[in-house]
Amino acid sequence: MKIVVTVKLVPDTTADKRIDPATKRLVRTGETVLNPFDEYAIEAALQLKEKLGAETTVTVVTMAPERGKEVVRKALAMGADDALMLSDPGCEGSDVMGTAYALAGAIAKNGFDLVVCGTQSTDAITGELPGALAEFLGVPGLTYGRKFEIDGTTLRAERETDSGFLKVTTGLPAVVSVTKSINEPRYPSFKGIMAAKTKPTTTLSLADLGIEASAVGLGAAATVVVDSAERPARGEHAVVKDEGDGGKRIADFLVSRKLL
Amino acid sequence: MSDVLVLVDHLDGDVGKPTLEMLTLAGRLGSPVAVVIGGDSAATAIVEKLGQYGATAVLTVDADQLGSSLVAPVVSLLASVVASRAPIAVLISSTTEGKEIAGRLAVRLDAGVLTDAVDVALDGSAVVVEQSVFGGSTIVHARATRGVPIITVRPNSVTPAAAPATPEVAQVPVPPVEGRQATVVETTVDEGGGRPGLSEASVVVAGGRGVGAAENFALIEQLADSLSAAVGASRAATDAGWYPHAAQVGQTGVTVAPQLYIACGISGAIQHRAGMQTSKTIVAINKDAEAPIFELADFGVVGDLHTVVPQLIAEIAKRKGS
Repeated sequence: MKIVVTVKLVPDTTADKRIDPATKRLVRTGETVLNPFDEYAIEAALQLKEKLGAETTVTVVTMAPERGKEVVRKALAMGADDALMLSDPGCEGSDVMGTAYALAGAIAKNGFDLVVCGTQSTDAITGELPGALAEFLGVPGLTYGRKFEIDGTTLRAERETDSGFLKVTTGLPAVVSVTKSINEPRYPSFKGIMAAKTKPTTTLSLADLGIEASAVGLGAAATVVVDSAERPARGEHAVVKDEGDGGKRIADFLVSRKLL
Repeated sequence: MSDVLVLVDHLDGDVGKPTLEMLTLAGRLGSPVAVVIGGDSAATAIVEKLGQYGATAVLTVDADQLGSSLVAPVVSLLASVVASRAPIAVLISSTTEGKEIAGRLAVRLDAGVLTDAVDVALDGSAVVVEQSVFGGSTIVHARATRGVPIITVRPNSVTPAAAPATPEVAQVPVPPVEGRQATVVETTVDEGGGRPGLSEASVVVAGGRGVGAAENFALIEQLADSLSAAVGASRAATDAGWYPHAAQVGQTGVTVAPQLYIACGISGAIQHRAGMQTSKTIVAINKDAEAPIFELADFGVVGDLHTVVPQLIAEIAKRKGS
């Protein structure tokens, strides 16, 4: 079975993010990390591989400039077999639709039985990529999943909802996204880190995928940022020390704000 | 005026507040047209309320006819309604499922998707949305460059305004869903103990490292229930296994923007603040006077949550007269 995991290079989650007023795009020059949600997707894929046996492969795919290699290396160190890096200046400025379109091209070229995605990325936080991938690839989408089981070409999972969960089943090939409840991602072992250095990473251009430059990137985006501004600081605030009446004072505050 | 489609969230004959908020926003752009999935009886129960908040038309769809496939039938349905009514925008609630529907609809229609809008306006004939991004640190205005803008609206962004209308009610046909789809075989509700969903709740009570143990979350839940609130947790609390991951508020969890957010024993690391700092009113309780959460709090109490919270619960009960 061919499992493909989508991964993304994102700004460090402990740093503040801002938009460049000139380009109206996220400043991506600071420290970067593997999107934390993607670690759960990689772990889910590796656990499936462990169950299904050695003929199962886990390929990570990312759309990123050259330095995206660092997230690819981490995924390989965790245990993925190989990587596809769509690295093309034409991809810059893609919105979620352009990203999904280009990734779908790379995934289709590689071939797949199952695509595993994280819930969302920590920079754009749309959560829309997995569903859009399912649309572009023309296969079922089973999102927000946990407790995956594969039985032949049938996949069963629980889909988390705001009020509980659904038991969902789908045939393969399919696209799934996983929530943080699904597993505890492993840390790369020393052996894994060493092995990652010899695992194959294939760099692809848009031309390799037969994608016209006009179909992706900033120029093809179906959305445009008109302007941006930093949010003004929050207004007045009061901090008091609890003198045995802290709970009462909060209740007074809530009443003053008509929240109680 | 042009139609603005609103996908209605409803349960047990009642319309969710996020839907009323969307009707209010839709009214700023054109004529709100409510799309109700749930058959005639469900629609009849809520038509009047949808009209009170400005729906000029209510389009109903028989849920049984949509079948048990996941998400895809709703996408097909909205695509067919867009084709027949040519609206100037489609508004969908920014829940996990709502965003998925929006993203897939945008692919089908080759249209722009604008996620987590907190306001909408017309600029000439163009629909412009205001979004709060990077955990609320930045405000962005954006628009679609092609197709009908598909907009997901963050709950609690506006106050629903009454705008009485008498909606025409029409049933719309269910389009066929093409291709293989994931199928729902069983629905289990109730993990939240009957509490509102985290991303939609008007009030969120969240606990962090200061809660100290899994069993102490009972206190957080008790405060939440006294305010009809959802329960959230910091990453420290979910990583410690004290509360389910699904409740994690923050950049690596759920983003919330309720009317009131009460942070109990949460220090307020950047990644947590990114998930809650656009809440309208923030109250914090923490033992450490230096905790960054106090920089955001409209009202903060430096103290032990294990004594402050029980007192707060008692005061709420007293003032509610129960």
